[in-house]
Amino acid sequence: MANFKLDNDARYAKSHEWVRVEDGVAVVGISDAAQDMLSDVVYVELPEIGRVVKAGEAISTVESVKAAEDVNAPVSGVIVEVNSALEDTPEIVNTQPYTAWFFRIEPTAALESELAGLMAAADYDAYVAASAH
Amino acid sequence: MQRTPLYATHVALGGRMVEFAGYELPVQYPTGPMTEHHAVRTAAGLFDIDHMGQFEVRGPDADAFLQRVQVWDIDQMALLDAHYSLLLYADGTVVDDIFLYKLTGRWLVIVNAANRAKDWEWLQAQVGGLDVALIDRSDELCMLALQGPKAEQIMQRLTDADLDKVATRTAAEITLAGLPAIIGRTGYTGEDGFELYIPTDGAVGFWDGLLDAGKEDGLLPCGLAARDSLRFEACMPLYGHELSADINALEARMGWTVSWNKAFIGRDALLKVKLEKPQRLLVGLEMVDKAVAREHYDVAVAGQVVGHVTSGMKSPTLDKFLAMALVPAAYAANGATVDVVVRGQPKQAKVVKRPFYKPRYK
Repeated sequence: MANFKLDNDARYAKSHEWVRVEDGVAVVGISDAAQDMLSDVVYVELPEIGRVVKAGEAISTVESVKAAEDVNAPVSGVIVEVNSALEDTPEIVNTQPYTAWFFRIEPTAALESELAGLMAAADYDAYVAASAH
Repeated sequence: MQRTPLYATHVALGGRMVEFAGYELPVQYPTGPMTEHHAVRTAAGLFDIDHMGQFEVRGPDADAFLQRVQVWDIDQMALLDAHYSLLLYADGTVVDDIFLYKLTGRWLVIVNAANRAKDWEWLQAQVGGLDVALIDRSDELCMLALQGPKAEQIMQRLTDADLDKVATRTAAEITLAGLPAIIGRTGYTGEDGFELYIPTDGAVGFWDGLLDAGKEDGLLPCGLAARDSLRFEACMPLYGHELSADINALEARMGWTVSWNKAFIGRDALLKVKLEKPQRLLVGLEMVDKAVAREHYDVAVAGQVVGHVTSGMKSPTLDKFLAMALVPAAYAANGATVDVVVRGQPKQAKVVKRPFYKPRYK
């Protein structure tokens, strides 16, 4: 199996989203392993700004040549920004999975406990390796 | 699950193996389906399509048998001609789409992998009193496709036969890389190229040699995903999507394959459809609202479901969101607007001319 890139500053969901907290805002994208499983990304449907989301809720869709997959909110809060660069250049999800963020969430007071329920990079790496078998 | 003789070769190339029609085949190589797609449009691609079936038909009544079971008038075919055709049920719906080769002393009928067992039984059942022999050559022949504008120049390096003289939709029996080969100038991508039949035991060495011979021209091994996106742009039907036992040949816009001047199974029913006009038609759709329309998505007009998408994707060559769909004839005119229901949301689409990508044959 391929060796997937990781962002050590991020936390990871079992559904393959990463989340990084920057200046108090949760930034969300999909992992290198996720983009590899999807293959070439052709379209990303982003959530509406202002939408209130719950951790684990499917709020966005990433479409590859092969399939459409849900992207979940890894933490609860309000969508404050979406990455409009994905509308015209969805392929950056393949080439730069950890900079091609999908949306930013203004988190709730539950942020710390929700982050604690996600995986650290090394644990996520082991999880991906185990699911490959 | 079955494997083609090239299974280990695909794995060694990093092919991502998936199940397709009972075979483990590469859906893509590490280059990715988009790169593979563009390689075929601009240079060349090599496909393992050995999952497809090859039936030989011979005997005194071989011609009469083929006239009975498929729609194209084979009396129009000269030796070494090749032609696309359909096997129909009596009600005018489709058993399979096939490719016919008229070879010396025999015919070769190429069938879809998923339909191979069904076709074999169906063909046997139509023999009646005819003196005809059906022989399944699928295991002894390995079927590959070399497709793209550079296919001829690459393959020419492996043979003394003059490939320039092998016209589109004709065949040749030649020596290719030292192997006895049948080649047909045809394909399933909308580009010039060849489908090849070589002895199974020579397949691995031949594949490696051909990839090597084409390296400098940008030849890439290509998987099932690129095969699907290429055929989709050229609006070539895929059985189970645009063709099936639930869609008659005229709804599927395959009238061009039908020779009405001869008898064949399904003719009466299909002629009735022709005279009464098909109620549904296969159309090309271009999404007005951005969205990927995928197979089985509903097509709706004013909130009412009227049809379904048969295939859809973002076209890599045209960079548009496109689909093929089966809709009522009333919505089949170019420019008509319908909705495709994408995850519960109606997304507007307009009917556009097919094919999306005009094939570039030699």
